[in-house]
Amino acid sequence: MHTQDIFKSDESNGLLSIYYTAGYPNLDSTIAIAKKLESAGADFLEIGFPYSDPIADGPVIQHSSEVALRNGMTLQRLFQQLQDLRSHVSIPVFLMGYFNTVLQYGVENFCKSCQAVGVNGAIIPDLPIYEYEELYQDTFKKYGINNIFLVTPQTSEERIRKIDNLSHSFIYLLSSNATTGKNLEVGVQAEQYFRRLKNMDLKNPLVIGFGISDRETFRKATTYAKGAIIGSAFVRLLSDDDYMNKIESFIKGIKTQ
Amino acid sequence: MSKYHVNKKGYYGPFGGAYIPEMLYPNVEELQQKYMDIMQEESFLQEFQELLKDYVGRPSPLYLAKRLSARYGANIFLKREDLNHTGAHKINNTIGQILLAERLGKKRIIAETGAGQHGVATATVCALKGLECVVYMGEIDIQRQAPNVARMKMMGATVVAAQSGSKTLKDATNEALRDWINNPIDTHYIIGSVVGPHPYPDLVARFQSIISEETKKQLTEKTGNSSPDYVLACVGGGSNAAGMFYHFLEDEEVQLIAVEAAGHGVKSGESAATTALGKEGVLHGSRSILMQTEDGQVVEPYSISAGLDYPGIGPQHAWLYKSGRGKYVSITDDEAMQAGLLLTKLEGIIPAIESSHALAYLEKMTFHGNENVVICLSGRGDKDLDNYMKYFGF
Repeated sequence: MHTQDIFKSDESNGLLSIYYTAGYPNLDSTIAIAKKLESAGADFLEIGFPYSDPIADGPVIQHSSEVALRNGMTLQRLFQQLQDLRSHVSIPVFLMGYFNTVLQYGVENFCKSCQAVGVNGAIIPDLPIYEYEELYQDTFKKYGINNIFLVTPQTSEERIRKIDNLSHSFIYLLSSNATTGKNLEVGVQAEQYFRRLKNMDLKNPLVIGFGISDRETFRKATTYAKGAIIGSAFVRLLSDDDYMNKIESFIKGIKTQ
Repeated sequence: MSKYHVNKKGYYGPFGGAYIPEMLYPNVEELQQKYMDIMQEESFLQEFQELLKDYVGRPSPLYLAKRLSARYGANIFLKREDLNHTGAHKINNTIGQILLAERLGKKRIIAETGAGQHGVATATVCALKGLECVVYMGEIDIQRQAPNVARMKMMGATVVAAQSGSKTLKDATNEALRDWINNPIDTHYIIGSVVGPHPYPDLVARFQSIISEETKKQLTEKTGNSSPDYVLACVGGGSNAAGMFYHFLEDEEVQLIAVEAAGHGVKSGESAATTALGKEGVLHGSRSILMQTEDGQVVEPYSISAGLDYPGIGPQHAWLYKSGRGKYVSITDDEAMQAGLLLTKLEGIIPAIESSHALAYLEKMTFHGNENVVICLSGRGDKDLDNYMKYFGF
């Protein structure tokens, strides 16, 4: 299946995406982790590029970013590591990080590098809709890079429609208004919110992130959305010295029905 | 609005905007939509002015410093923000924002603080209004600024140590923003400087603009002319400078001089001279000028003055700098300390080390005859006695 098609196909449901920070725990583990995740059954990946001031992140991902920066990770180095990405990994790959890093690398340069190594899109939480539309949309389109937007329980319907129109891959649905690494509690309110989104009949599929950490939360999330993203829980696993040997059972533990 | 003020989209030239994650959008949008209306309400204006007068002690004097003037050969006026309640200009903004928070129906206040001045000013207005107050402060700053931590606690605030990153002001700001993300409904974030996403830079500048509003009147009374030749203020994030410049921005005859902290020297690697060392970037929700690595990682600044070691400047300052409307210069630790001592000896006023940076620039200026100079004395030096003692060995 072509990398983008998993979001469009009706057959592929219950997609599991894994987030990890490039350069953590070791500088050069980016591709090895990606390969392992694909073979274990992850459906797509989000590779984080670290930033000194990650305001949307909780302690686990903050820590991974600090370590990655100390290890010498930069956006430039990440693209070097990803040079042969597509000879190792075939599932969709998105890069996730903060806007200042992209701005210094150069937005056009960033899109060009993403295209060159076969990255499918970018998630830049602090690049808002207005700035994206006015300043950068054309550049992203020129290189075929999908910009993924976030939606929260507080996002208005009008704004969700707008985001749907600007999106060409999936919409990143936040389980709650929170920083990363909290646990998902699907109470009545969350359920109403997920249902409301599902019933809006958007053209882009929904993928739920923030607060997904295990099989139970993954299962709940994917009853409402096409997929779900695990970040902090996986990054925590990476702090184990023997993480390479634990990735497979982690993924299988989540995906097994 | 003039070209130096914020436009409808929240920009000053290419700077400003609201570079925030979607989780903060509803909070920021609510502020964007309501702040101007609330600030123009009769009841708001009345309460704001009353508190500034009776609680803060405004108007703050504009004092002609005669011995200092004689030394430099100009008429040097000090705008005495150091005489405000809590000892600095910070209270002008927190009074304004607490009234705004009340009218937005918020029950809980959060703030960031570096040296603790803004934290104290926030804890003060929360005590005044009986609102819950949480102040984020870098773990390292908590150790360095024990008296201010005690003040905040006495007023009922909870002081939370920011343990991420470099454990100083920028990390305290990150923690406050994270708190706001996690508490989107009942919480108002009182930012202490003209930084952050739109509308904060404009909002804070408006509350601080009382400084230049009063100055113009006072100057007219004293000199018959509302326009001085020079206006000087120190800049960390830039809130006292934004207020000191505000009503002079259109008056292009008035030279605006913003003084940044050079620390041990602009090229020493230990500095907070943002315009000299920074380049365009995004931090804490706005696009401005920022000290950073080539890879876009924010660099930890240094200054002897805890109120000036912020790695960025407000977006309006970035624009005043880039457009040439303001002159942005820097002063080293040593120059500032000497200027602080000089003012103390000549005028009997111990300035905050922040304000001493503005005073120190007088040494570098050449005056012609009877020129009028206004310097914002943004805070008093009580909080800096330890530093002065260590530096001069008193």
